Amino acid sequence: MNSQWEVVIGLEIHAQLATKSKIFSGASTAYGAEPNTQACAVDLGLPGVLPVLNQEAVRMAVKFGLAIEAEIAPYSVFARKNYFYPDLPKGYQISQFELPIVGNGHLDIDVDGVTKRIGVTRAHLEEDAGKSLHEDFHGLTGIDLNRAGTPLLEIVSDPDMRSAKEAVAYMRKLHELVRYLEICDGNMQEGSFRCDANVSVRPRGQAEFGTRAEIKNINSFRFVEKAINHEIERQIDLIESGGKVVQETRLYDANKDETRSMRGKEEANDYRYFPDPDLLPVEITEAFKDEVRVTLPELPDAKKRRFIEQYGQDDESAATLTSSRQLADYYEALVDASGGEAKICTNWVTGDVLGALNKAGLEIGQCPVDAERLAGLLKRIADDTISGKIAKQVFEAMWQGQETADQIIESQGLKQITDTGAIEAIIDKIITDNPGQVEQYLSGKDKVFGFFVGQVMKEMQGKANPAEVNKILKTKLKR
Amino acid sequence: MSLTTEDVNKIAHLARLGVDIQDVDTYARDLSGILDLVTQMSGLSTEGVAPMAHPMEQCQRLRPDRVTESNMREKFQAIAPQVELGLYLVPKVIE
Repeated sequence: MNSQWEVVIGLEIHAQLATKSKIFSGASTAYGAEPNTQACAVDLGLPGVLPVLNQEAVRMAVKFGLAIEAEIAPYSVFARKNYFYPDLPKGYQISQFELPIVGNGHLDIDVDGVTKRIGVTRAHLEEDAGKSLHEDFHGLTGIDLNRAGTPLLEIVSDPDMRSAKEAVAYMRKLHELVRYLEICDGNMQEGSFRCDANVSVRPRGQAEFGTRAEIKNINSFRFVEKAINHEIERQIDLIESGGKVVQETRLYDANKDETRSMRGKEEANDYRYFPDPDLLPVEITEAFKDEVRVTLPELPDAKKRRFIEQYGQDDESAATLTSSRQLADYYEALVDASGGEAKICTNWVTGDVLGALNKAGLEIGQCPVDAERLAGLLKRIADDTISGKIAKQVFEAMWQGQETADQIIESQGLKQITDTGAIEAIIDKIITDNPGQVEQYLSGKDKVFGFFVGQVMKEMQGKANPAEVNKILKTKLKR
Repeated sequence: MSLTTEDVNKIAHLARLGVDIQDVDTYARDLSGILDLVTQMSGLSTEGVAPMAHPMEQCQRLRPDRVTESNMREKFQAIAPQVELGLYLVPKVIE
């Protein structure tokens, strides 16, 4: 990136709140229903209907505010944001403008080992719009209003990010947080977590911001980084070739990897906000805040610090294991149930479990091997019933079926052989069969030792206790 | 405060209202009159007065998060001009 230029990025993130019903009506918010089967008279904006605010949406907004140490407005107001679009039947979106429910807060991100604090300007409650389908309706547009009225928390950051990488780190952190708080399912494919990015560049050292462009609806972490980087390049090229950035909304096209100007939303800035007369101001009492505060889980940063301290993890493992609440819970359940060393549990979860999940394209919540079954396996490694190598084989079998580690070890005869007599017999045979290698070893070629271990293991199908094999081999080869 | 005919046309456009050309001057005069009436308030000192968000001095009552509505698509769509595959059809808004 051209170092003469400094990049300034602010993000607006829309998180769909995980309520059962809509923000102002009793219609269901469940995803994937037949079109318009979850759009009631209120969502359709039929005459005479009145919005009634969902308590859970308010609770979730407050929960988020407390988690980012923000000011919670004791008094907040809903406003009408006026614009015409067919997926907005009322002709206005109920949102918050001057008095949002959540004020100044912050979130810490880690980029390349450096922690940076990103300010959150505000977070406000609003309703989602419906969906427009532009294909295949003989020149008409199809409207599905199931999504209309789904509660959103729009989280607006300060323009504190200075690279696409920081923007992605912030977005990930926020994504992790809303899932920890269980206020949003974070499903980006289904649009539960969406991001708009405000991007501008300015000559390094200049105090005032450059003109910004807004990139709309970026629906994956990868695209955010690409879209922002593309936009930075476009703006720098434009300015360096004597042009000027105009304030506009741009759409990222992932297929072409470019942003392009969005036409059509004319006079987009004239929303004529005014307080919605259908809704009274919302009062948040200290008692309500206290009630919500006790429901806050241990937050990601705190959990990570605890994992480092309590389980002796390095920064990277702790970050991985606390990246979702479910994964952290899985890990701790495993430590508890296995009664073994935290370090071994760390290695198994960050290595084998996450590796297998990744390969299968599954989330930790869908893991076929639960913590208790895995603990059963780790216990058999700890008490030397099986070797670490055989354990991988058992894990594989556990992944495929329902059996416990003990059942698999039993049925497949994987129990480690610690009977020195049996091991000795094999070793004697191998020494006799390989006089050449014995000669080499005795003449000082230590590496050949590995050959003998390998032969013994092969002969015993990996079931020999490795420590025992080493010990006996060493003694026998000395002669 | 006086509104120009341009202001009136812009407001009409934002509200998607069709205003006859010969009525624009009348609207400009009438709307300006309303604004002048309200402008009198600017002469008052409002120091220490909190902006009023709603004339009722009450706060919003909250509703428990329960699904209370059932599917009434058929009834709603019976009065819609055009529907297909459960969708409301409208004139195309983008090319």
